[in-house]
Amino acid sequence: MLAYPTVRTSLIFLAIAIGGLLVADIAITTANPWQDLGQFFLGVATPNFFSTEGLATALLRTVAFAFVGVTLGSVFGFLLSLAYRWLPVRLFCAFIRAIHELFWALIFLQFFGFHPLTGVLAIAIPYAGIFAKVYSEIFEEADPEPGRLLPPGTNRAVAFLYAKVPDCWVQLRTYTAYRLECGLRSSAILGFVGLPTLGFYLESSFSMGMYSDAGAMLILFYVLIATMPLWVRPKLLPVFILAAPFFLGEGMPIVWGNVERFFTEDIVPAPLREGEGLAGLLPWLGDVMANEALPGIWNTVVLTQIALVATGILSLLAFPLISRHFGGPVRRTSGHVLLVIARSTPEYILAYILLQLWGPSMLPAVVALALHNGGIIGHLIGRQSSTIHLRPDAPRGFVRYSWELVPRLYRPFLAFLFYRWEIIMRETAILGILGIYTLGFYVDSSIQELRFDRAMLLILITALLNIGVDTLGRYIRRRLALQTLPTC
Amino acid sequence: MPEIRFDGLTASFAGKQVVGPLSLHIRDGEHVALVGKSGAGKSTLIRLMYQHAEQQASLIPQDLGLVNALPVFHNVFMGQLHEHSLWYNTWTLLRPFKTDRKAIAALLGQLGMEEKQWTPAASLSGGQRQRVAIGRALYRQAPLLLADEPISALDGLLAHQVMEHLVEQFPTSVVALHDVDMALKYCDRIVGIKDGLVALDAPAAELTPADIMTLY
Repeated sequence: MLAYPTVRTSLIFLAIAIGGLLVADIAITTANPWQDLGQFFLGVATPNFFSTEGLATALLRTVAFAFVGVTLGSVFGFLLSLAYRWLPVRLFCAFIRAIHELFWALIFLQFFGFHPLTGVLAIAIPYAGIFAKVYSEIFEEADPEPGRLLPPGTNRAVAFLYAKVPDCWVQLRTYTAYRLECGLRSSAILGFVGLPTLGFYLESSFSMGMYSDAGAMLILFYVLIATMPLWVRPKLLPVFILAAPFFLGEGMPIVWGNVERFFTEDIVPAPLREGEGLAGLLPWLGDVMANEALPGIWNTVVLTQIALVATGILSLLAFPLISRHFGGPVRRTSGHVLLVIARSTPEYILAYILLQLWGPSMLPAVVALALHNGGIIGHLIGRQSSTIHLRPDAPRGFVRYSWELVPRLYRPFLAFLFYRWEIIMRETAILGILGIYTLGFYVDSSIQELRFDRAMLLILITALLNIGVDTLGRYIRRRLALQTLPTC
Repeated sequence: MPEIRFDGLTASFAGKQVVGPLSLHIRDGEHVALVGKSGAGKSTLIRLMYQHAEQQASLIPQDLGLVNALPVFHNVFMGQLHEHSLWYNTWTLLRPFKTDRKAIAALLGQLGMEEKQWTPAASLSGGQRQRVAIGRALYRQAPLLLADEPISALDGLLAHQVMEHLVEQFPTSVVALHDVDMALKYCDRIVGIKDGLVALDAPAAELTPADIMTLY
């Protein structure tokens, strides 16, 4: 077994995660965690859809922000994808997508305030970076032959429209639709920093202990995502896109003085602002690094590695739930429902709920990340397992699982897992806003203390860390010759 | 017509020499058949000629190069994209003009597939796909045809009709063919390729099928 590089890599990651568990802060600190959890489930079981009219508005705003943000992101992402071969464009895209939506929201909040533009840009900017990358990959994979056969002198735009776009169209559409679903999740969690989407109402219901209201919100959110194929229709799309900007709400007017001050004063490192010059900059940098950046990086990396392995274990356990090689239709349907719930709940919301119930430690974050990402990967490899044809006399039960299926699915499984590595790290950093000591915690506290210079530096460090992990993940995937699809 | 004259041409693929050194001159008005075993270097030679002609030729590659998502009409229309403006081409993508529709319908009629004009290329059979690529080459109206096994998926009568049409429409042509009888019937010069070299070069009138079989 050890001769397989995939097995060796897995064991190394497992060892790192176990080492992480030894140093990580894993504990349940609330007095009655299971009672609280029980009350929460009772709330979900007895949802109250009519307590406030705020719920309908929140739902509408969530959809509106998602549509405007994803539309802008896909348009700019498309334009960027045309120039993606140019290195500065690639670096720019890698940078803007390495910063999480919530960090972008936190930045824009400081100078646009609670204006709709804050939420729209927070989604549109990172999404443009992601769209640019994936669109350009789709274009690159298209057959180059039709383009080569065009008569010389054909306009380049025309050549692109005829020889590239039609064959990529289905993939572009599928990916954009998938991103719209992600956009709904992003839009929902923007509420946690104060924008008028679902997260805002979820947080307020929770803090008042109104679990039935929170349950109603979660159920509506699942219904919204599960019914997307029904209401996101090609013919209705133009209507949604044109109407969405009118449903973002009024928010607060932008004070342009704030915008100017933010860029010319707030984000300038304190020693420079106060005229201490470069001599003061080094101690300042050292202070931020030693007290905020390094502890933040350490906790982010430890948590990411534990969550990555937990995600992997959970996906391997979960995929038989929907695989056609096990159980009957009843079990598969319930398996599908479980996995849909796990992957449609944003990890941020899961982590928020678990933190409320179990108290602050890394445990809720690990469980939330593993549930969400495990739901996604479990779904993907479960679906893939159903395309495998076993011989009629293949063994059953656990032997079928361990001898027939896992060996065949292990490579795609690792490919998905390493693809999501960077996504898990981005989320881990952001979960700090909830009070776990990852980078997001230090960013959030710097902002609370109005030290935007530190916050910006820490966001920059987070972005670089994400880019680093993304590069490492791609290197490992290449070394192990693992293929991935962009939609994951 | 762009002149094709190779003197001591060589081509390598992955460090291995696949063509040449080879000298070949295609004269205006000739219909040349390239014959030889598969893997002899015919396809590479056709590609090199296309590059040499600076794309001033109608090319039918072996893998056809169709845009699968587009209907037959647009695949054929792509032969003349350079003749029209940006807005004309973009509009045609959404809603073709009547004159083009008529011209392409007539051309497809000659190839026996007029009724397939609006079928996406992805849902055509192998022989139909080959005729779409032929239609595109005809619509291009270049003075030189470079074709790599253009009739391999067509059956008897149709293959003859199409070959006849091609040599009639193009003043000059270089066609790679594995069917020796077809080569002798429709081309006036036979160039045999073996291991990337010219092993035979003679007027078709002076050759019998047996002469060509020595290449295989």
